[in-house]
Amino acid sequence: MTHSQAHDVQPPMGMLAELTHRCPLQCPYCSNPVALERRRHELDTATWRRVFAEAAELGVLQVHLSGGEPALRPDLPELVAACVDAGLYSNLITAGVNIDRARLETLAEAGLDHVQLSFQGATPEVTDHVANMTGAHARKRAFAAEVTAVGLPLTLNAVIHRINLHQIDDFVDLAVELGARRLEIAHAQYYGWALVNRAALMPSREQVMEAVERVEAGRERLQGRLVIDAVVPDYHARLPKPCMNGWGRQSLNVTPSGKVLPCHAAETIPHLAFWNVADHALGDIWYDSPAFNAYRGTDWMPEICQSCERKEIDWAGCRCQALMLTGDAAQMDPVCEKSPYHDEVQTLAVRDALGVPDFTYRRFARTTEGA
Amino acid sequence: MTAIQESNIVRLPRGVRLREDKRRGGWVLLAPERVFQLDGIAQAVVGQVDGERSVGTIIDRLCETYQAPRERIAQDVTAMFAGLVEKRVLEVA
Repeated sequence: MTHSQAHDVQPPMGMLAELTHRCPLQCPYCSNPVALERRRHELDTATWRRVFAEAAELGVLQVHLSGGEPALRPDLPELVAACVDAGLYSNLITAGVNIDRARLETLAEAGLDHVQLSFQGATPEVTDHVANMTGAHARKRAFAAEVTAVGLPLTLNAVIHRINLHQIDDFVDLAVELGARRLEIAHAQYYGWALVNRAALMPSREQVMEAVERVEAGRERLQGRLVIDAVVPDYHARLPKPCMNGWGRQSLNVTPSGKVLPCHAAETIPHLAFWNVADHALGDIWYDSPAFNAYRGTDWMPEICQSCERKEIDWAGCRCQALMLTGDAAQMDPVCEKSPYHDEVQTLAVRDALGVPDFTYRRFARTTEGA
Repeated sequence: MTAIQESNIVRLPRGVRLREDKRRGGWVLLAPERVFQLDGIAQAVVGQVDGERSVGTIIDRLCETYQAPRERIAQDVTAMFAGLVEKRVLEVA
């Protein structure tokens, strides 16, 4: 190992590959940045192939092929094959509205390991409204049936918020009905598009408590049949989430144009410069780039975090959220009850939960440049 | 908890793979959006799963390798398999 190891840096386990930011859905909580990257800036097949090979060499075990909608890339089967060639476990994260049976079979034959399919609601009305796409729910159901018919393991992913939070039991039933092995119930996290729409999405504290109970009830009811993983809600909590299990600790994210980020929202921290796979080997970026080293370990933390017994459990929470809510990315996550901003965040959550605005749907900005 | 019988044949379901982790050392079970890092014993047990051997056969084979009472090995193996079935990373054929 020739890289600097000042922080005793471990190799990454997982990589999120955002193949494109183009998407047929317009979910108002999309994790992509508000400034979406355009098609003409997307990495080509050969570059992705190199990135996958470098990732495997670096120690990555699983690649999550994501977007936008990754199936909008015509070379998706080649990219899956490239993961297989590199020995990587490939996971397709899709909206499931534009993959027909023949294409799915091609992906399976290429060696795809797993499919994660998003559902914006548990009923057609909610899915079509949240995704802003008529007929989306029906297409997703049909796609789920094809996935299990082809024999691929299926996970359903449901991002929950004020509009669909009452449907948790229905999501659980839907997952069982569609033959999913696993269900992810993820509370919307307020970055990018979800931040724009926060007042339209934020649940009340009572709703969050109810959601936690419903998830637990579903787990008990379906023990051994369905694995339910939950991403906890944030603003209403007392302790921060261990964001990414620590900055630059386990995973990395490659954007459509090849920028490498410690998490998908990291670009909201304006003073960080992100290296691109076009200019640097992935291993150099992981070990040596200033952005990855900025908040690694615990040395950068404020004193109150450094002396906290949870410093290597919570990793001081989320950097992007600290910046967004306190103006300083090196602050502790203000969700933490030890933060001087904690009460402010709670007040803000209560206020936003009373909001009634319409969604601002996720779209490319209108411009004369074109996509 | 799922009860595992010695007559059961267990296998890794599609989407679950056992492989060596050369970079970190040791072996891992790769599953949908999860990675299980196996210790030496878990690796020896899961490594016996080929979709054809019964649990009883796997226990017998482990008895040949490890000098421990069969009863003890049987207990550990069935408990480990039951846990993996619960997590949906192992299935009874």
